[in-house]
Amino acid sequence: MENLAAAPEQPIETASIDDAIAYLKSNHPGAIKLDDRAGYEGIIVDPDHLVDVARVIRGELGFDYLSSATAVDYLGEGDHMEMVYHAYRTGGGGALVFKAQTDRENPAIPSLTSVWRGADFQEREAWDLYGIRFPGHPNLKRILMWEGFHGHPMRKDWREAYYEEELKPFDSRWPGGHVHRSEEKNVFGKNVNYPTDIDLNRLMDSSESAVYESLGLGVDVERIMDKDGFETNELVVNMGPHHPSTHGVFRMVLTVDGETVTSLEPVMGYLHRNHEKIGERNTYLHNIPFTDRLDYISSMGNNHGYVLAVEQLMSLGRKYNPPTYRCEALRVMMVELSRIVNHLWAIGFWLNDIGAFFTPVLYFIQERERILDFFEAVAGSRMMCNYMRFGGLFGDLPERIKSVSNLTNDRVRDYNTMQFLTEMINERIPRTIDELELLLTQNEIVLERSVDVGVLSAEDAINYSAAGPLLRGSGVAYDIRRADPYSIYPELDFDIAVEEEGDMYARYRVRVTELRESVRILRQILPRLEATKGESIWADGKPGAYQPRVPHGEAYGRVENGKGELGYYVVSAGGRGGSSNPWRYHVRAPSFINLTPLGRMSQGYKVADIVGILGSIDIVLGETDR
Amino acid sequence: MYGTGLAKGLLLTLRHFVESYIDDLRYGFRKYHHSTDNFGIRQGTKTKGVITVQYPDEKVAVPERFRFVPFLIVEDEDHPTRAGKDWCTSCGICAKVCPPQCIWIVRGNDPVTGRPVPEPEAFFIDIDICMNCGYCAEYCPFDAIKMDHDYEMASYDRTSHHIHDKERLSKPNSYWRGIAPTRAYEEMLVRGTWEHKDAAKEARRGAASSARGRSSQPAAPAATVTSSAAEAAPEASAAAAPAPAAEGATPWSEDDAKREERRRKALERKARRAAKQG
Repeated sequence: MENLAAAPEQPIETASIDDAIAYLKSNHPGAIKLDDRAGYEGIIVDPDHLVDVARVIRGELGFDYLSSATAVDYLGEGDHMEMVYHAYRTGGGGALVFKAQTDRENPAIPSLTSVWRGADFQEREAWDLYGIRFPGHPNLKRILMWEGFHGHPMRKDWREAYYEEELKPFDSRWPGGHVHRSEEKNVFGKNVNYPTDIDLNRLMDSSESAVYESLGLGVDVERIMDKDGFETNELVVNMGPHHPSTHGVFRMVLTVDGETVTSLEPVMGYLHRNHEKIGERNTYLHNIPFTDRLDYISSMGNNHGYVLAVEQLMSLGRKYNPPTYRCEALRVMMVELSRIVNHLWAIGFWLNDIGAFFTPVLYFIQERERILDFFEAVAGSRMMCNYMRFGGLFGDLPERIKSVSNLTNDRVRDYNTMQFLTEMINERIPRTIDELELLLTQNEIVLERSVDVGVLSAEDAINYSAAGPLLRGSGVAYDIRRADPYSIYPELDFDIAVEEEGDMYARYRVRVTELRESVRILRQILPRLEATKGESIWADGKPGAYQPRVPHGEAYGRVENGKGELGYYVVSAGGRGGSSNPWRYHVRAPSFINLTPLGRMSQGYKVADIVGILGSIDIVLGETDR
Repeated sequence: MYGTGLAKGLLLTLRHFVESYIDDLRYGFRKYHHSTDNFGIRQGTKTKGVITVQYPDEKVAVPERFRFVPFLIVEDEDHPTRAGKDWCTSCGICAKVCPPQCIWIVRGNDPVTGRPVPEPEAFFIDIDICMNCGYCAEYCPFDAIKMDHDYEMASYDRTSHHIHDKERLSKPNSYWRGIAPTRAYEEMLVRGTWEHKDAAKEARRGAASSARGRSSQPAAPAATVTSSAAEAAPEASAAAAPAPAAEGATPWSEDDAKREERRRKALERKARRAAKQG
């Protein structure tokens, strides 16, 4: 064994990834081997030692933030299941990727919830969609599908109800594309696999009782308990799924003692559409418009994370040109504009949640309208932008933001694009932020409602894998744009917004600061756009192919989206010399993982605060449920 | 003092309320008047009040790049040689690149020879499934499928109205030039002609063979571009976009030059091969 302690000048908590892996190897000889598949990185850990190794990774090596934990089914590519973990240091730097493999027949991998609580929902998702058991998980039940659902839909051999073919593009579309509706050809039920002993008329959905059981209750929703000498009823209250305050179809099951919340269990999956399965049937390019539909408030950011991941994979190949400077500048501009949109939206609807009904939100989203007008003129759509491509963009900025009258009563506009942008960035957006602050920052009602409510400590925030304003509002200065920079962020001048208190008000202030920082970034982008005028937006000088072949390997592309860390874990496998469809396409959704600490944040606060606490996390159900 | 923040906020709402009326006065209630440019002013930097657009009495016209449900381009009825002909060659790229796979194409076959002809026999788009991503238009090598601007497509029955067939999808080329003049112009620059690629090729080939027999001298491509551009350019685009004559100034014309170079070489090769055989 090589002498790794030869150069211990640097403490091991801040040592490089390679040193950290060497340290692990010496600590756990035999349990760890390097992942030497082409294009893969990190280590493969023997499942029996996984928890110990994870403790060392977190405790001794300082990788305290578990960003992503997800499963991959390598059916036909080694026939095993694999859990992939990406751990980071909150001090910044790259990922320590570690994996654990198990067989497909009876997959089980020890749970890491005792090391990182942030693994909780992600392991439940892996159980739900892949059927991997996690011994040691405190509450291992389905999270996106319902209890009683047969099968694990992300497995490669599972087929959905209107299954047509394994991979797109489907053969039936061309050249003999005689149209039919999928429901005519595949009547529901005909190609769904039910277990032989099942009686369809007696299908049981046991998710309700499972939810109540995990709260420590029987199937009865009410029980008598004795507290402080008084006889009180501990009551179960269901908030949602159909409730405007939950920002979509999200449900919280609370137990309350009087008006005080004693425990909370988030229930989700009502908007689940198996985005990732669709993504694995799709080609790489097909996925970009689908990412728009995740966090539909900030689709530009979603595009960005995905193209970064696929560009990482493409860079493994022989012929790869990185995007041009103008392309990067445009991407950053779009992403920052969508961050502004996102935060205006988030603050506005959070105000709605704590009772300031619609006056603030309508003031804020007026500016959002202008930004969406700009998106529409550049990318073609207001919300489903579908703007970024691998190695480029859909199109450069148009000369003018010009509309053409087509329908009756059309009102036309015609602006110079750069002038419109300059006015928006220098005048209108700052004016809106000033108004927002005037309206809210010192408003006594806002202070009463939000200070010291929904507190999340810094340790908890890290441990629960919280991301974005939720993490920074708890005093952790972790922003991927600085901690693990991508695109042209290293050369831009901006600060990370941090607040120490960890309550709702701190999160609000983080968002306001981020709004101002985004404007600061945008002001630096404008001269860069002027300077690069005429430069191609395409890395190769011409638009990319419609069916790019992506070399073998794995990539984790992550960006700081408005709601937090958005990561895409993309695996290219199968086929020779690369593939045109991703083998694995996983979305590390900030809205989803930020809900892990919701129960903890809500304990001890009043029922009326819960809505505000949820609003201060800022979730979008399109991304939560995927 | 407790309550100051609250009072400030209330004053702000009052200011917004008043400013909306001041804006109305300032613009002389022009929003009720069918003038063309006041809408842009109302939504400009200087406006401070709250403005709403009263759909459907008023509609915000969509920008050129707006995309909603594709349509197919067919040649204008008054076209001298190709009137009513599809631009689509049924190559199937749109069907392959479509993320939700909502495009169905039956490739046409010649009834005599049985060989594929460059024209679709049938073309369907299920607009319930279409996600308006615009890939089909973006990757179509013949500029034959485009995204429409007409977003008012509600109907009473999805089963009978929402699968668009070729007839429903087809719109004349002039319609596309009308809704997106700048983009049509840019595409022309990339293509090198206002005509369909194949038609232009055909015309060139015809001209070349009649004029020079088998000599390998290429036709002058720049002349084709400018002459056809001049006769077909709509006034709006001709005024807005830079003159096509500026060779080498725009990236498109650079591309053009390269493409012509390639085409010339291919023609030469072909001529050589033909000479060898003949």
